[in-house]
Amino acid sequence: MNLGAILQAINLGLLWSIMAIGVFITFRILNFADLTVEGSFVLGAAVVARLITLNLDPALAAWIPLIATLAAVLIGVLAGLITGFLHTVLKIPPLLSGILTMTGLFSINLRIMGMANINLGRGITTLMDQAAGGLSNVTTGITGLFGGSAVDVVSRDASIAVGLVFVIIVIMALKLFFNTEIGYVIRATGDNEAMVKAQGVSTNRTKMLGLALGNGCVALSGALVAQTQGFADVNMGMGTIVTGLAAVIIGEVIFRDKNSHRVFIAVVFGAILFFIIRAFVLSIPWMNANDFRGITAIVIAIALAIPMFREKFNFRLKKAAFGSKEVE
Amino acid sequence: MLVCKDIQKTFDAGSATEKKALQGVSFEMKENDFVTIIGGNGAGKSTILNAIAGVFPVESGNILIDDNDVTRMPEFSRAKYIGRVFQDPRMGTVPNMTIEENLAIAVRRGKRRTLRWGITKNEREVFCEYLQTLGLGLENRLKAKVSTLSGGQRQALTLLMATIQKPLILLLDEHTAALDPKTAKSVLELTDRIVSENKLTTMMVTHNMRDALKCGNRLMMMHEGNIILDVQGDEKAGLTVPDLLKMFEQASGEAIANDRMLLS
Repeated sequence: MNLGAILQAINLGLLWSIMAIGVFITFRILNFADLTVEGSFVLGAAVVARLITLNLDPALAAWIPLIATLAAVLIGVLAGLITGFLHTVLKIPPLLSGILTMTGLFSINLRIMGMANINLGRGITTLMDQAAGGLSNVTTGITGLFGGSAVDVVSRDASIAVGLVFVIIVIMALKLFFNTEIGYVIRATGDNEAMVKAQGVSTNRTKMLGLALGNGCVALSGALVAQTQGFADVNMGMGTIVTGLAAVIIGEVIFRDKNSHRVFIAVVFGAILFFIIRAFVLSIPWMNANDFRGITAIVIAIALAIPMFREKFNFRLKKAAFGSKEVE
Repeated sequence: MLVCKDIQKTFDAGSATEKKALQGVSFEMKENDFVTIIGGNGAGKSTILNAIAGVFPVESGNILIDDNDVTRMPEFSRAKYIGRVFQDPRMGTVPNMTIEENLAIAVRRGKRRTLRWGITKNEREVFCEYLQTLGLGLENRLKAKVSTLSGGQRQALTLLMATIQKPLILLLDEHTAALDPKTAKSVLELTDRIVSENKLTTMMVTHNMRDALKCGNRLMMMHEGNIILDVQGDEKAGLTVPDLLKMFEQASGEAIANDRMLLS
């Protein structure tokens, strides 16, 4: 594994971490195993790809990548609301609500794109291309001051910069939001629904809001990933939930205290580490890209089982301690 | 203040386990009434409290709080009138949020939640003062998670949360039953103090006859989904545990076969 591979892993990790933050909101804060993300990730990519390639008003051209990205977020929010509606109003269990929306989104994503795959490569301007251009001008300007020659920022590095900007904006916005009155009751909903109702708040509403927020993040991530990899594909969402969970769990392992306000940052580091591990595993000669998903699933199953193992182990320790006392 | 008219509730209707939990319960409570409710297992004590709180819809009858008909109102909308403390100390609070965050949620009971800060500096000071009155030292632990508190501390906090925004009705559902005797006693004393200081209209379910006699100005006994005894004022003040047992036998036509009520 060389530096380039690690930088590429950081790039992907940053962009996918926004998806992982969305999974964290639904899975950990709301305590809702939401499979919508498999569809809303692609939805974000589909919306952005279609809007960018529509060749809208040339007067707006410079703004289109940003507008398309924001539109993707809004439509992701809608996807979350659909799952929320299925669960809270129609009383469908959480897992099934997510699966239904995810399944429906497959057709919607195809309709939005009009085909299974949209290319955002050469000749099409994405946020990443704009950032690369802008950053190249800046670095050239700076080196110019010292008499250096022009410097080109490669699109991977521009993408890392864009990812960082979005990650920082998302984390700050979420931190502020979860400290508002509404944010408080959303956090409380995942922990103790009865209490939230007893305090006069509709948990149907808090769940809808949480799902909307989570899927908005997921769609934003999909939109950014499509722009960095240069295409949107109707199947690119497969395994999203597992990647998200892996990032959340790795993040929680590194930052042991879950109470901390750094949970979102932990998830970002978790996502980056996940992609670095992935790059490493894929660099092993007898491994191929298709094996990685299987490995991820096994690792997550083990990680999720850790509390159970810990309990059993503690129990045995106690029993052992007890037994030895009796011998004395 | 609170009117219940002919409340009926059947669980698992039409099945083999059908249970007529409330069979036309009617009563009225005046402002500042503090009623204690006793009865055996399955008598409908908790069910009537949950019916008033709106945990489930009732089949028939009407519930009025301060002349507002709340019978069809969802649980969360009625919460603006009602403060509640549950039997399970874990039910009244959010374990993974801090003491001050829990109080901040409670102080906004029945109010519209907005994008303003979840807690203000002013509120923190008020919470500190309130927590001091509990005498548990919680005022120094505003930023501690509720999950680090003991059962008794949580019930005391829940009690504070239920009353920090003065409710029209305070519902206490065996809120000392899960605590050890010493803690139960102090939580009960705290309850008495908070209720009398704030002149709260209160319903307290208990399985402890002595507590039922000691607290409040009125006592109701329930049996098989009916109120079989309702005494208040001097009549209640003169009652003893043997009186209650005798009255129960007379009213229900059977002896109390409930260890929990006898032993406590």
